[in-house]
Amino acid sequence: MDRAEVDTKIRALIEPFNKKRVEIREETTFQNDLEFDSLTVMDFVAEIEDEFDIIISMNQQAEIENYGQLVDAVHKLQADA
Amino acid sequence: MSEGISQPDQPQPIEAHAGDKDLFSKFDDIIALREGLLSQGREDPFNLVMEKVLSPTRAICNGRETILLGTYNYMGMTFDPDVVEAGKQALADFGTGTTGSRVLNGTYQGHKECEEALRDFYQMDHAMVFSTGYQANLGIISTIAGKGDYIVLDIDSHASIWDGCAMGQAEVVPFKHNDIEAMEKRLKRIPEGAGKLVILEGVYSMLGDIAPLKEMVAIAKKYGAMVLVDEAHSMGFIGENGRGVVEDAGVIDDVDFIIGTFSKSVGTVGGFCVSNHPKFEIMRLVCRPYVFTASLPPSVVATAATSIRKLMHGSNKRAHLWENSKNLHKGLRDLGFKLGTDEPQSAIIAVIMPDLEKGAHMWETLIRNGLYVNLARPPATPAGMTLLRCSLCAEHSEEEVGQILEIFEKSGKETGII
Repeated sequence: MDRAEVDTKIRALIEPFNKKRVEIREETTFQNDLEFDSLTVMDFVAEIEDEFDIIISMNQQAEIENYGQLVDAVHKLQADA
Repeated sequence: MSEGISQPDQPQPIEAHAGDKDLFSKFDDIIALREGLLSQGREDPFNLVMEKVLSPTRAICNGRETILLGTYNYMGMTFDPDVVEAGKQALADFGTGTTGSRVLNGTYQGHKECEEALRDFYQMDHAMVFSTGYQANLGIISTIAGKGDYIVLDIDSHASIWDGCAMGQAEVVPFKHNDIEAMEKRLKRIPEGAGKLVILEGVYSMLGDIAPLKEMVAIAKKYGAMVLVDEAHSMGFIGENGRGVVEDAGVIDDVDFIIGTFSKSVGTVGGFCVSNHPKFEIMRLVCRPYVFTASLPPSVVATAATSIRKLMHGSNKRAHLWENSKNLHKGLRDLGFKLGTDEPQSAIIAVIMPDLEKGAHMWETLIRNGLYVNLARPPATPAGMTLLRCSLCAEHSEEEVGQILEIFEKSGKETGII
């Protein structure tokens, strides 16, 4: 799966969590722009993990601040899996 | 989830304000939140002082005689005459403290006897006593699960578990609370050959609900994971011999480590790990929170050992505590309160408040009417709930539970919650 396909899938998954309809760009941050709390993060991460059949550990999550970084990480993880 | 007032158990980053040289400026939001709550003229729920403790269930709090329904003194051992006597004797014979680590000059006869009592209580090969329950989780988890290993744990785990995970630098993979399928999916995805540790709690202390350990432990074993269960809130009470939810669920022989504490049913302070792992004793040399701290005072291990041995024969007390839990649960539900569990599952009954303001008002009304419960509020609670957590004691009499319900009814009506 190439990066664009990963991007499309994550965009669809993020929709129900994006309550304030924030425009999603590469530099959109989860904490400040999307205002995800820890429970939302857990549910959102679980959706992504199930979709791509990967694990994004908390250690990896700590390195991911914005949308672009998430797509990069998932792209790499699903390629390695 | 537990004792955190303005922070959840799962550690959250606190962002520093850019350019500010005062390292305390990162706490400004928390300071403002607290001042906001206090400025409403409420009695501060987190500044309660017990001037006198009359019994395991009664104290003078802020000048008023109060029924205690928010301690972890589940089995009411704190004033047991044998336990108190053992402590006094050890204080006289061995002095006030060891002034040393367990691995140097801090292992007295009492520490060995305390570990022997734990081995007998759990019928396990090894027992290791720590200075607190927090250190037991911190020490065991951080030492056995290191870089490259995977920890799969419930998202509602206690702060000491999260901190142990962080300290050990293992890959941390949480799953939704008590969700068996979510746990299995994560175990399945862990790379072949990696070390795996599953961490569960018998009783989760916020809502007082128990884990489906029978199913979860079986799945963990299926994927070759080691299993650690924190039984802090069930020891002495749940299971035929009070060994916890692992005993009640019939899986005690399949778990690798049980973590527990002396600061709940045992009635003093300290923590422990019991295990049948053949190499377990090496922990005493490699576990930093065990090595680099002073051991418990002789009086504390003497009271703990005596209390643990008495808890082995506590089946009448266990039965009475279950009665109390059932009576309180039914009584509160009949009064119209919303509770955290449909059925009583432990000695903790959580009453769900409509919001933080009403919850704080109800807490204050209860304390004015002579009843102490724990106020648990966001962000320390799951799903942002405000809870009044009631924890029962085997020493609460049936009449006392009746009184407690009367105070709840009166206070609930005063505040308009029921």
